[in-house]
Amino acid sequence: MNNLENLYRQVIIEHYKHPRNKGLKGFPQARLYNPSCGDDITMETKIDSGIIQEINFDGTGCSICCSSASILTELLKGKSITEAKKIIAKYYSLIKGEVIDGEEELAEAMVYQGVSKFPARIKCAALPWKALEQLLDGENNEQKS
Amino acid sequence: MFNAKKIRDLFPMYRLYPHLVYLDNSATALTPQVVLDKMNEYYSQYGVNIHRGVYHLSYKATEEYDKARERIADFINSDFSELVFTKNASNSLNMMALMYGDKYLQAGDAVITSELEHHSSFLPWMKMCKRKNAELRFIPLNADGRITVDNFRKVFDKKVKVVALTYVSNVLGYITPIKEIIALAHRHNAIVIVDAAQAAAHIKIDVKDLDCDCLAFSAHKMLGPTGIGALYGKKELLLSIDPLEYGGDMNNSVSKTELTIKEIPFCFETGTAAIAEVLGFAQAVELINGIGLKNIGQHCITLHKYALSKLTNLKGLTVYNPKADIPIISFNIDGVHPHDAATFFDESGICLRAGHHCAQLVSKWLECNGTLRASFYIYNDYQDVDRFVETVKETVDFFRKVAGEKNE
Repeated sequence: MNNLENLYRQVIIEHYKHPRNKGLKGFPQARLYNPSCGDDITMETKIDSGIIQEINFDGTGCSICCSSASILTELLKGKSITEAKKIIAKYYSLIKGEVIDGEEELAEAMVYQGVSKFPARIKCAALPWKALEQLLDGENNEQKS
Repeated sequence: MFNAKKIRDLFPMYRLYPHLVYLDNSATALTPQVVLDKMNEYYSQYGVNIHRGVYHLSYKATEEYDKARERIADFINSDFSELVFTKNASNSLNMMALMYGDKYLQAGDAVITSELEHHSSFLPWMKMCKRKNAELRFIPLNADGRITVDNFRKVFDKKVKVVALTYVSNVLGYITPIKEIIALAHRHNAIVIVDAAQAAAHIKIDVKDLDCDCLAFSAHKMLGPTGIGALYGKKELLLSIDPLEYGGDMNNSVSKTELTIKEIPFCFETGTAAIAEVLGFAQAVELINGIGLKNIGQHCITLHKYALSKLTNLKGLTVYNPKADIPIISFNIDGVHPHDAATFFDESGICLRAGHHCAQLVSKWLECNGTLRASFYIYNDYQDVDRFVETVKETVDFFRKVAGEKNE
């Protein structure tokens, strides 16, 4: 399997074409952009007693970015904030090509291992996760001038 | 006679990457050895400050610097005194909005721009209009996405004080009928600011013939170094505005409460200039003059036509600007985000741009999430086009395969 085939795995295209939890319901939101390429992702989450009850996303972007948003919503639902942050950190290591232990925690998100071979795409794969991270940290990022 | 092989030999990047297919020329052109040599000559032979030292080396540096300005001014048929050095075209355009808009734009005035603009052409005016309670108007584009004289007339009236337009679209490659628009604008004394960042590398610019009030361009899109650009301003206009920045080198005499500023263009340039870059810029101009803008145009148009004729035979892609005037092809692989496709091109050693190209209004107008953009210049050849077209085909096939669709 070459690098490209490894990057564009079936599961990524599947989530891109048939995204899970797409559409916002009005929970607290964070929106992030990759202005150069046009990725524009909003994540929202409902947190009760430290547990992520629900995550949704909306936006547009490349398949790497949008599919990772979709996979993220499934992966982190039901996790505590602490668990979620640990998984997000692990995911960042994965896409940067670092060695990680406990791959099973990343489940389907392991397909993004291929991203590390494409440094220009790391920010695509990270964008939805960065947005969620801001929500977990209680930050509000929208800036207008 | 134009010889792409010989031209390629002038660019050291091809020595390092002989198989490079560089099609991102609208963003930045490659740098030829003569430009690097000139910059190196400055640093290694007379690398001292200009306009200041009363010693031989400083005199030499100043002389070279003035010669460079003369040469770049000649390139657009402007006078020496009308050519201000800036960081780049964006910087030039922002300076004009701040210097002219701040002094002359009033509440109730209008500024005309278009959806074809690079962000650097219209954002400075968007901000200035907000500040001044002035109206920002957009020329409606025609069905192809062009700015037309007729559509300019529809939004132009006596309220319009400034017209800020691109000479050539950096996404669609259309040449604006700017000369006619300038003539119309002048009837009601509106000034016209031309963004010539894309135009400068491809078409002969004559500011006197155009009669534009201001014109901005960058060296790095025309074989020169990054970080240096120019702002042309008509003498009367430059004399009627105040410098944005004050400091060393731009003044004649200074007291505790007053200063007198230098003559134009020097009053607009404070601090030590990017001297090596200015010399490199002039060297790039000389190279372009040597090859000839006409020959450059012909070569690029030949490649452009060849590429378009090959792309027309392929299925699964959309070309947004088959009628472009300069060699820019904006396209998308159907159903594939431009950034996904760009990675495929990158793997094949083909550099092209993906996304909004700093012109989000164009993407919105095209109703797409950005485009892929291939743009050609003098060192590109038929082989580059063939590899580009082949990769387009492979990309279409690849994404069909991963999406589980059958090949037709």
